[in-house]
Amino acid sequence: MFPKGTKRKFSDSREEPVAGGEDVNQSSLAAVRMLSSYSLQRQSLLDMSLIKLQLCHMLVEPNLCRSVLIANTVRQIQEEMTQDGTWQIMTQALSAANAAAQCSADRLVATEVLCRQTEAAQGEQVPKPFPVVGSEGCPAEEVLEEEEAAAAEVGMTMSTVSPQAPTSYLPGTFGMDPCWEEEETGEDDDDDEEEDSEECGSGSEGEERERDSLVEDTRTAEQVFGTFEIKNPAPSPDPALEELFSDVDASYYDLDTVLTGMQSVPKMGPYDLLESLSSHGPSPLSSSTSCRSDLNELDHIMEIIVGS
Amino acid sequence: MEAFSCRCYQFNLLLVMLFVTADIISTVEFNHSGELLATGDKGGRVVIFQQELESKNQPQCRGEYNVYSTFQSHEPEFDYLKSLEIEEKINKIRWLPQKNAAQFLLSTNDKTIKLWKISERDKRPEGYNLKEEDGRYRDPTTVTTLRVPVFQPMDLMVEASPRRVFANAHTYHINSISVNSDCETYLSADDLRINLWNLEITDRSFNIVDIKPVNMEELTEVITAAEFHPNQCNTFVYSSSKGTIRLCDMRASALCDQHSKLFEEPEDPSNRSFFSEIISSISDVKFSHSGRYMMTRDYLSVKIWDLNMESRPVETYQVHEYLRSKLCSLYENDCIFDKFECCWNGNDSVVMTGSYNNFFRMFDRGYRQDVTLEASRESSKPRSVLKPRKVCTGGKRKKDEISVDSLDFNKKILHTAWHPQDNIIAVATTNNLYIFQDKL
Repeated sequence: MFPKGTKRKFSDSREEPVAGGEDVNQSSLAAVRMLSSYSLQRQSLLDMSLIKLQLCHMLVEPNLCRSVLIANTVRQIQEEMTQDGTWQIMTQALSAANAAAQCSADRLVATEVLCRQTEAAQGEQVPKPFPVVGSEGCPAEEVLEEEEAAAAEVGMTMSTVSPQAPTSYLPGTFGMDPCWEEEETGEDDDDDEEEDSEECGSGSEGEERERDSLVEDTRTAEQVFGTFEIKNPAPSPDPALEELFSDVDASYYDLDTVLTGMQSVPKMGPYDLLESLSSHGPSPLSSSTSCRSDLNELDHIMEIIVGS
Repeated sequence: MEAFSCRCYQFNLLLVMLFVTADIISTVEFNHSGELLATGDKGGRVVIFQQELESKNQPQCRGEYNVYSTFQSHEPEFDYLKSLEIEEKINKIRWLPQKNAAQFLLSTNDKTIKLWKISERDKRPEGYNLKEEDGRYRDPTTVTTLRVPVFQPMDLMVEASPRRVFANAHTYHINSISVNSDCETYLSADDLRINLWNLEITDRSFNIVDIKPVNMEELTEVITAAEFHPNQCNTFVYSSSKGTIRLCDMRASALCDQHSKLFEEPEDPSNRSFFSEIISSISDVKFSHSGRYMMTRDYLSVKIWDLNMESRPVETYQVHEYLRSKLCSLYENDCIFDKFECCWNGNDSVVMTGSYNNFFRMFDRGYRQDVTLEASRESSKPRSVLKPRKVCTGGKRKKDEISVDSLDFNKKILHTAWHPQDNIIAVATTNNLYIFQDKL
């Protein structure tokens, strides 16, 4: 399931508060378990929604109604997480992660934040931070749950807001999201395909007959969504990141093909998600890109990530 | 015609016709007399069925329809500017009221609306002076006498010809067309805009609703359906993905962004979930024939609204409430975005809509009865009445019941139509068209 190192670390840190008084901790543990299960379900719903938004069939224009409804769902989750306070914690975690990384190319990155969140793990009774998204325009990251199948199962039972009983997760995993993994561009071919379709879809839309400005849709989605910007990966070998990635199981790279649908030519800047939603106005970002991916760029990124 | 005047509505339906289509049916529509039934499919074809004359007079088999005309309405196109395909799938067909011998219908795909004339030809002129029968011109010097050409009977030929093409007016995907009661204009609605057309003029349309935000990133709501009032030519409604219906009066202003009435039911807080908005999205809106009511279809229910009351619907019918606990799975497999249509019967006493597993539901408003029926070959034995179906929601499953988990979500009935005067219904599964009539 999860890379063992991470889980054990978290459980270890978790055990300390529990070792103390028992009855009080039992009931609060149960409550926290329910909360954590709800958070997990909410998280899996968020992930599912983000994937849905990205995997549009770009041969035909995507269904705008469906995209808007999914985007609204994501926004709802984001708002609730903001109210929970989990959003702010996440943002802080992200800033810490970003400080170590340098931005050079656009791509999706999921990091094992919990491995670094030693202070957050102490005595926290609220759901753990997820390195999902940042608000206020700070660079956000796409999140990938390792155990998509398990998470999906959990997600399937969630249809109302009220938390449900925890499923197969250990008490120590309360509030914790399954470990993230780095989305490597292991499968360049698949990446290219995804990129092709995405870029084709975000091509120029000049059919507008009214006097709408051609520039209006070119702004990034960050102001509204805040969450869909592609995180720039760490280009230089960072010791902290090396430690991070050492636990990652290579077999999960298959999921990259799903998430790297958002791949774009590095020079483009943050991907405008709404370009795929709307068919309005050409985007100066996408107008300079072709529908073919730039293999050299991807190789370059790969070298940087791998640290060769 | 009052078919269910004094007795309790029994929902006795017989299968009369079953057509297998080459492609997925995407729309079904009776014309104003009910004599013709048009279907559109994913391949851009329109197939028109005609009620048999003999069966019209025999009450036992009034539901006999046969293929009358088939034509290719729309072709796939490629938008070179956006590098995207434009599907040829027919989204909607609407008949014009008949004015002369010919029939007219509007058919639309995502971007282009076409007006088709369907006419019969059963005679042809013969005996030209300057032409041979096969069309070759005669040498004028060989013409020694003159004769008057006469019409001779021929085998019936049904011709469909495109009379108007209304193109390039929609940036987004057209979801609705509706012919005005004035029979001169019609509206077309896409995700963000509604345009008003004159049937005679193809190079111009008036934009009457525009909900596109200046900044597309602020987009949170789209138009899902629109329809003209059946009697008042100045009134139309449009529904949204947030579960609201706006009634607009074209006399108020040229651009009807300001609604005259806003119909919205307050949300039930006990049912609130992350999927609340998605399932509140309205997939279809239909005025009653009387024009007094309108019906909306959202994911789980059908609601009847009195046009005089905006605060809440006067009637709500649950189509498949047992799906409420499955919304997350339905979100995952995208079924939650399925757009079901709904329809009224001729006297507005019964409403019908589709569901999954090839089930469709009918609700009698007067007698407060509802029934679930299945459109499948296994359940439709000839000359026997359709058996009501029941979905078992939990606990012990009785015999003949189907459990929720056994439902086939790939078999969905999105399109149904009701004959305007008679109790004949057309139900479309993926690529089968069923015609049922009630047993007298």
